[in-house]
Amino acid sequence: MKFHTQRSAALVAVTLSAALTLAACGGGDDGGGGGGEATGAGGGQSGGDLTLTMLPKNLGNPYFDVSTAGAEEAAGELGASIEQVGPEQASPDAQVQYINTAAQQGVGGLIVSANDPTAICDAIDEARDAGTKVVTFDSDTSPDCRDLFVNQATAEGIASKQLELISEQIGGEGEIAILSASANATNQNAWIAMMEDELKNNPDYANIQLVDTVYGDDEDQKSFDETEALLQNHPNLKGIVSPTTVGIAAAARYLQNSQYKGKVALTGLGTPNQMRPYVEDGTVTSFALWNPGDLGYLATYATAALVNGEITGKEGDTFEAGKLGEYTVGPDGVVVLGDPFVFDKDNIGDFDF
Amino acid sequence: MSSTPTRAYAPYSQPLWKRVLLTRESAIIALTVVVICWALAAVPNFDGPLTLKYLLQDTAPILLIALPMTLVIITGEIDLSVASIVGLSSVLLGVLHQGGMSVPAAGAVALLVGAACGTLNGVLVAYVGLPSLAVTIGTLALFRGVAVGLLGTTAVTDFPEAWTDLATGTVGESSVPLVMVPFAALVVVFTLLLHFSPFGRGVYDIGLNGEAARFSGVHVARTKLVLFVLSGVVSAFAGLYFTLRFGSARGDNATGLELQVIAAVLLGGVSIFGGRGRLHGVLAGVVLIGVIASALRLEGVTVNVTNIVIGVLLIVSVVSGALVAYVSGRLRRPRPGSSAEAPETSSRRAASAGA
Repeated sequence: MKFHTQRSAALVAVTLSAALTLAACGGGDDGGGGGGEATGAGGGQSGGDLTLTMLPKNLGNPYFDVSTAGAEEAAGELGASIEQVGPEQASPDAQVQYINTAAQQGVGGLIVSANDPTAICDAIDEARDAGTKVVTFDSDTSPDCRDLFVNQATAEGIASKQLELISEQIGGEGEIAILSASANATNQNAWIAMMEDELKNNPDYANIQLVDTVYGDDEDQKSFDETEALLQNHPNLKGIVSPTTVGIAAAARYLQNSQYKGKVALTGLGTPNQMRPYVEDGTVTSFALWNPGDLGYLATYATAALVNGEITGKEGDTFEAGKLGEYTVGPDGVVVLGDPFVFDKDNIGDFDF
Repeated sequence: MSSTPTRAYAPYSQPLWKRVLLTRESAIIALTVVVICWALAAVPNFDGPLTLKYLLQDTAPILLIALPMTLVIITGEIDLSVASIVGLSSVLLGVLHQGGMSVPAAGAVALLVGAACGTLNGVLVAYVGLPSLAVTIGTLALFRGVAVGLLGTTAVTDFPEAWTDLATGTVGESSVPLVMVPFAALVVVFTLLLHFSPFGRGVYDIGLNGEAARFSGVHVARTKLVLFVLSGVVSAFAGLYFTLRFGSARGDNATGLELQVIAAVLLGGVSIFGGRGRLHGVLAGVVLIGVIASALRLEGVTVNVTNIVIGVLLIVSVVSGALVAYVSGRLRRPRPGSSAEAPETSSRRAASAGA
């Protein structure tokens, strides 16, 4: 019944307090102008104080936690300030807002793992127009919209590292097989073709025969079954290479509880958290992947070199990357981290991703 | 007793300036201005040249969809399927364009499908008589499912530059995005529709009392159908903008946008029970949420904290009105003669409802 009048009372209260704050704001506005000038001056100094923004695909992802830790280590060595921001979900539209924010802040450099190769390009262009250097890592955009891409590994590097590991583990001779993802997976097929090539042409591998390539379609159960079939069809098999994280984990799970444990070697590309139990109990001696920490570290040094004007991102530019040594920019503005990183019993405890 | 029936109009209880200024909408607008002032003064780089452009670009889909959503909620209904229509329209634009259709043709098809989606919602709610909450939760899943089904987990990104530039461009040399032009036109249309037309009076009447509205000659079912269709079309348009702005058609585009729209509408003073609310309050609500999100991002605050701030703000805005009313009711209770003013206030309330 009294609703109306009480409501007015409430509104008077709310509006009055709002109006009061508004009046205060009139004074604060001058402060705002002053603040703007102050930040402008801060922007001028940023030639000395390097500000960087790290934008992974999403937050709360252990892989990117490791790369950000590497970036922070590098930023500490460089005396730069680095801030990690990112969306909850790995979607390009959410990433665009953070790229826009970096442009507004006028940060010196933006290090981003792209959620889409083209969708975030307009936003990156605007950030670059605002003077921000943009470096992609882990996942690239179209080459024309960023300054540099820090690539975790080349296809050649991944192929030859896996052969090196399997050859070492089987003593340089015997039958091996490959457990891949799907039959039309672009990455895996490129690596397999390079491995076949190198097996034929490299005299070190003259006594190794590749007897079969099977496909687990990156499904855990199918990879598991294919491993079982491989071992039954090829009784003399000495080693399996699985260049996919799903495949290597499934194959390791099969080997762990079979008579082949310790007799058939297994290597490939895997993540430490998935492979930890198998490495610790000896099912797997070693496997490869890149070290995301080094990736973030290198991306940070590369960004700093761009911002400081040491390099422009063109082919042939060289820069120092702290503990990792000197790097050269390759074609299309790509910097390659190096050979894949080998995880074994001695170092797997240092990684959590 | 042959007294001729004369019509007695209750005098306005408050002078004009009070009725204009002491409203929830004014409070929200004032709060928005305060927050903008705070951000300009305290948040580094908020006063930069890019802020306005990004702010409007980011909030444009919410601003657009909030227009029909306001009318839908004023009738006491709700449309939860808007974000899924955005996603579906985005996917259609991508798939049809990939199939060789020009962007305008594909866009027109997407708008038609948006209208069809709205018609489905509207018919089920208005003519079959199902609760809109249930219907649009269903179509939320349905439209999103179709969108993701059509394109899978891939994205279409090869849109002609001329069209993506249109979505990311600004009006002349200013920092006002081009999308604000169709938005301004829609604001005019929806303002006329809601506040200056018999249709709009009907919208409020339905929200206050659907039965009474029907007896007083309001086409309840037709009005609701029209609103859901408008909601579908405007959502589809927002989907086209969303797609071209990011140059990426994906099935999961704009997931969860419906909650941001509804939060802004409620923050803007629209009653979830219907019958109350005005467009300028809603637009201020959208801008308020956009400014808070943008300022907190510039401060380097994570998105979770931003969500907490906006959630608390929404709850406070809903609770504060009820709380102040309760407290002042307690204070006024002992006063005698309050029952005598009851009929008068109730008639005033009816007169001021929705105004």
